[in-house]
Amino acid sequence: MQKFNKLNSVPAYLPIVNIDTDMIIPKQFLKTIKRTGLGKNLFFEMRYDEQGKEVNDFTLNQSPFNNSKILIAGKNFGCGSSREHAPWALLDFGITCVISSSYADIFYSNCFKNGILPIILEEEKIKELSEYANRKEEISVDLEEEKIIYGNNEITFQVDPFKKKCLLEGLDDIALSLKKTDKIENFEKDLINKKPWIFND
Amino acid sequence: MSTTLYDKIWNDHLVDQQDDGTALLFVDRHLVHEVTSPQAFEGLRNSNRKVRHPNLTLAVADHNVPTTDRTKGIADQESKIQVDTLEANCKEFGVQLFGMDDKRQGIVHIIGPEQGFTQPGTVIVCGDSHTATHGAFGSLAFGIGTSEVEHVLATQTLVQKKAKNFRINVNGQLPLGVTSKDVILQIIGKIGTAGGTGSVIEYAGDLIRSLSVEQRMTICNMTIEGGARAGLIAPDEKIFNYLKGKPMSPKGDNWEKALNYWNSLKTDDDASFDQELNLNAGEILPMITWGTSPQDVITIDEKVPNPQSESDEDKKNSIERALKYMGLKPDMAAKDIKIDKVFIGSCTNGRIEDLREAAKILKDKKISSHVSAMVVPGSGLVKEQAEQEGLDQIFVNSGFEWREPGCSMCLAMNADKLKPEERCASTSNRNFEGRQGRGGRTHLVSPGMAAAAAISGTLDDVRKYQN
Repeated sequence: MQKFNKLNSVPAYLPIVNIDTDMIIPKQFLKTIKRTGLGKNLFFEMRYDEQGKEVNDFTLNQSPFNNSKILIAGKNFGCGSSREHAPWALLDFGITCVISSSYADIFYSNCFKNGILPIILEEEKIKELSEYANRKEEISVDLEEEKIIYGNNEITFQVDPFKKKCLLEGLDDIALSLKKTDKIENFEKDLINKKPWIFND
Repeated sequence: MSTTLYDKIWNDHLVDQQDDGTALLFVDRHLVHEVTSPQAFEGLRNSNRKVRHPNLTLAVADHNVPTTDRTKGIADQESKIQVDTLEANCKEFGVQLFGMDDKRQGIVHIIGPEQGFTQPGTVIVCGDSHTATHGAFGSLAFGIGTSEVEHVLATQTLVQKKAKNFRINVNGQLPLGVTSKDVILQIIGKIGTAGGTGSVIEYAGDLIRSLSVEQRMTICNMTIEGGARAGLIAPDEKIFNYLKGKPMSPKGDNWEKALNYWNSLKTDDDASFDQELNLNAGEILPMITWGTSPQDVITIDEKVPNPQSESDEDKKNSIERALKYMGLKPDMAAKDIKIDKVFIGSCTNGRIEDLREAAKILKDKKISSHVSAMVVPGSGLVKEQAEQEGLDQIFVNSGFEWREPGCSMCLAMNADKLKPEERCASTSNRNFEGRQGRGGRTHLVSPGMAAAAAISGTLDDVRKYQN
């Protein structure tokens, strides 16, 4: 997993609430057996018309937002399906940081597994930051310091310390858990005695 | 200390807990399907890892499978590759698979309970958000992403943080024609699609206890639409009777031991919840969704909202956007909404009781001439049972198509989809933009309401057709 530390970018702003994972990446693109290559289909139905032409009005089709690494969006971002194709599509497009006032649980944890930082801020702060999208000015995100710096201002955000460490160091979750194999084995031995039906039937 | 059902299951599965609260949770049952697993198996292969417990893992292809004649295989090449990949992966890693021609094949959340793979007090995961369904058995069941699927395959555990406890009490009796689908739509309308975020919801109250096992599954299934990853209901005699004798249920001595444990699975009387909501079942009416979020609900007697009467700017914009997508006018009566299609099926409402409910309304009636309608049973076993009861004939005689099992038009990954601007009364779980096909318009309803809509050709009140 790619490490996350600091990021500078003009943010793209999608002022829509409840952006669901069907919107982020529609089902016809879930037929892939790979993790990569989904970026061109990110927000497919809003981004392309029925003839497959780019919709000029859509933010991510406009410069400089087509190169944004930061996406600001309305509340409850990533609701719906558990598809990890949603963060894969964001990542493949080049977005490694999302800012919203809330996220659906599964999407939120999927982000961290892919080197994407989902930041939670109050609505008021979101509105303030969205001005930078409107003015096409850069903001910067510093995960180590848990800060967003914009103009002469800064806002702090909070992130779970373990998730932060994994992002900063690009750690592989599975390798970390496999270090606890002794504990897993002990748990299983105990389980066979206490609840034999879990394994036996 | 007094604990909730969720607390008990959580505590019983803790392999490790770090000081920061991050826990490693043991997973008893892992369901796998073709869409969210290929990259996980690929990850295992790349790092030379095995599936830790193939016998605690069960796989089935459901999202991509055709619901028409299967003897010729899958026409869509990408879908075929995904289904073939699942088969190859299961073979390589020793995981049991119900293949496309196995009569036990079906939607992953329908086959788990059917086989007795789903059991009370277990932690069940699957790379699918509707895993919440299994909570009806008093298990802690939730959807996970593909990276987590790989993690579970490799370690039989999952890294988790404890969620908050949220209890929804539903007491009283449901009026005639009102079902558990209406109950959950009502709940989502009240709490909103983010209302349960960060929580596990326990459903309680005498109405919930009076529901059948399958009706409970419908409620738990759509818990994710209220933002909560998991919903659960304390297991009782109905659950134990349902599981007894199922192919993968505990047998002999183990059945007695399991039963003993399962009987202990309930929230203590004085346990406290972070949040509670009380509903009176007697006040719930047949529901429909009018918009593009499952929280956009009204009763069948109501009108579509008017954005002009909304003072909050965000909500106003959201209503306008939804009405535009749905092709509806403000203040339009629900019963005036003309439909083109009806879909009965999905992990929400594709079980035998759902089909019986719809068939009861459709018996000796014809569907409206401008409506095309289909039933997709949730599994091969549901299909077989329905055919034994003659339900297939009732559907076919009324003008419905009778299909092979799978996810079908709930998410339209196979050939079953809406065309742009087509309007569908659907027993599925999501009315998102494009969910059932690009530009397609979805109204979520119960199976009885879907049948009523098919007959009337507009959304209509199922109570009109109650025999």
